Amino acid sequence: MSSPVSQVGTSHDLASVLRERRDLGRKLLVAYLTGGMVPGWVEMAHALAAGGADAIEVGLPFSDPMIDGPVIQRASLLALGRGATPAGLLEEIAQARIEVPVAVMTYYNLVFRAGHERMAGAMAAAGVTGAIVPDLPLEESAPWRAAAAAAGVSAVLLVAPVTPEERAAEICRQSRGFVYAAGLMGVTGEREVLASSAQVVGSRLGRLTDLPVCVGIGVSTPEQARSVTSGADGVVVGSAFVRMIIDGATPEEIERVSADFRSAIDEADDGADDGAGGQEIGEAGGAGSAPYGDG
Amino acid sequence: MTAVMGEPSQAGYFGSFGGRFVPEALVPACMELEAAFSAAWADAGFHAELDLLLGSYGGRPTPVTECRRLSERLGIRVLLKREDLAHTGSHKLNNVVGQALLARRMGKQRLIAETGAGQHGVATATAAALFGMGCVVFMGGLDMERQALNVFRMELLGAEVRPVEVGSRTLKDAVNEALREWVATVDSTHYCLGSVMGPHPYPWMVRELQRVVGDEARAQCRELLGGSDPDWVVACVGGGSNAAGTFAGFAGSGAALVGVEAAGGAALSHGAPGVVHGMYSYLLQDEVGQISEAHSISAGLDYPGVGPEHAHLAASGRARYDFATDEEVLAAFRMLAETEGIIPALEPAHALAWVVRNAGTTIPEGACVLVTLSGRGDKDVAQVRDILRGPAGQLGDGQAGQLGEVRSVRPAEQEPAPRAEQER
Ligand SMILES: Cc1ncc(COP(=O)(O)O)c(C=O)c1O
Repeated sequence: MSSPVSQVGTSHDLASVLRERRDLGRKLLVAYLTGGMVPGWVEMAHALAAGGADAIEVGLPFSDPMIDGPVIQRASLLALGRGATPAGLLEEIAQARIEVPVAVMTYYNLVFRAGHERMAGAMAAAGVTGAIVPDLPLEESAPWRAAAAAAGVSAVLLVAPVTPEERAAEICRQSRGFVYAAGLMGVTGEREVLASSAQVVGSRLGRLTDLPVCVGIGVSTPEQARSVTSGADGVVVGSAFVRMIIDGATPEEIERVSADFRSAIDEADDGADDGAGGQEIGEAGGAGSAPYGDG
Repeated sequence: MTAVMGEPSQAGYFGSFGGRFVPEALVPACMELEAAFSAAWADAGFHAELDLLLGSYGGRPTPVTECRRLSERLGIRVLLKREDLAHTGSHKLNNVVGQALLARRMGKQRLIAETGAGQHGVATATAAALFGMGCVVFMGGLDMERQALNVFRMELLGAEVRPVEVGSRTLKDAVNEALREWVATVDSTHYCLGSVMGPHPYPWMVRELQRVVGDEARAQCRELLGGSDPDWVVACVGGGSNAAGTFAGFAGSGAALVGVEAAGGAALSHGAPGVVHGMYSYLLQDEVGQISEAHSISAGLDYPGVGPEHAHLAASGRARYDFATDEEVLAAFRMLAETEGIIPALEPAHALAWVVRNAGTTIPEGACVLVTLSGRGDKDVAQVRDILRGPAGQLGDGQAGQLGEVRSVRPAEQEPAPRAEQER
């Protein structure tokens, strides 16, 4: 598969950019990092984009990140220790002018405490066009979804491997931007072996929605990402980048690894039963157009 | 009277508090648990089995004790509901036996739990041993130091105690870690939550499993008081399970209900509404919503939140909530030991401290007060000794030898007042 990214407009809207790129046959890479985790985190976000990420997901750190594993817990504590606040990070995002759409991932108490409208407005003002709040399931999320929609922010909902079919369909109907498919039952973090649930969830949800379906949690290597995107529209990769950043990686190194993921998913074969629309459109473009090499 | 302390709404709300704020991965498990508990609680067979176990194994009913010397000292009539006399030394077993029975009904072979003081962990380990189930207890590293004896107790009972070394290394971090483990093992594992907190159905289920405390106490009081109820019913509140169970028995009575938090963990007095650990309730938090750490002399009350039904009872005015300071608690702890020959746990010593402070003022002279003595003080004796007398190093040779083994796994005992050493 190719990455005809040059055919895509310059919009920074998460929903339209992901949909256009998906429709052009490009596999999607959503790259996560925790806002404020290191002084140069904004450079890291640029590097992830330069390496070929289609969107950047910035974590607004929370004191009690219950769906995150040790790496992102660590990053959250580092960020909080450095005095990171939602408002301060949104301000940094606004000034960063990141090349691709930016989504925010955070826990509900930070949204609730700010107020739905105020938080959605602050996100929109910072140019953030997507929001993932993993501890806010379908039943509790209606007021936040309405506030986000009114501000032009796509409220992304999650589906888990254990989510029953009808419920998954309803979540897909209510999600905006993309559907975040949890690749496994567990917290964020790297896994040596890709869970079998991660391999099937993409095509399962592809039959329920025409939103892009991105699989996250436990997608740790370019090889795993390639495997996942043979059935899904894209991947969300977080802990692999965050661990490197904690360990002192340079922006150049981060860009190279992002490019490794990019070229791996560019080579993914579409699964035979991947029903999500548009793959055929993207046959243009020849060999992977990831412009940054694979390091 | 409308259903004070009745069932929550279908979405798990008591008034505006409660709900189910969990990752999607846990929603089906919460739904399954809700259905299983609803069915079990409507099943006479389940009740019969539970009652049999709570009686023949758990030591129920626990008595209500009339405190003659304490009453004389305070000028009011004090009754104690003696959960300290239940097996494992606290009310925690009521909840755990119920949840273990339920887990077995649901085909789950493994229990996980969080614990602060260790009492809920010990109770869960006990039930797991009784039912032949696997058991992992998550406990903050700091709490493991403060409550080393309970760690050893859990291990003796066959449980694995997993230290939680992130964040404040206390109860709130242990809850996070237990939830994380549950997400990964929900197929085979029941999360045996220890208080009336967390996502629906836990606040409701745990209150129902603890209402035996209040139901028994009400009948026992009526017998003692010639058919009437006490004027006041007072219980300590960490997450709020012993208080919720007690209040459930008296919600329809005329008694004034009082919940007493620790001064350093007083979510209802010092907190604001918010969401953590799956529930919408009052929480200690900063202005952007980061959860604060609680600090008190009692690990069991070191929790920055409170069960959502208590938030509702406070909002509706049916119960009132206050807090007690560490100093008041120590004084009450000693007073009960000296006047009644009962060494309470530090948690219910908060409830006693409130009664001592308010006797003759808010509580009029001669009024009758029921206090739920939620647990016995054995687990706290070493800590209180260190606070009152300085570190254990002062002990003579013979005693030091006796305590040596325990001390080797209890580094915090080197500190005169470990609670005061915590960093924010
Ligand atoms: C004896 C005792 N009482 C009370 C508590 C606080 O819990 P809750 O508020 O759920 O009763 C604990 C918790 O460890 C305890 O051990």
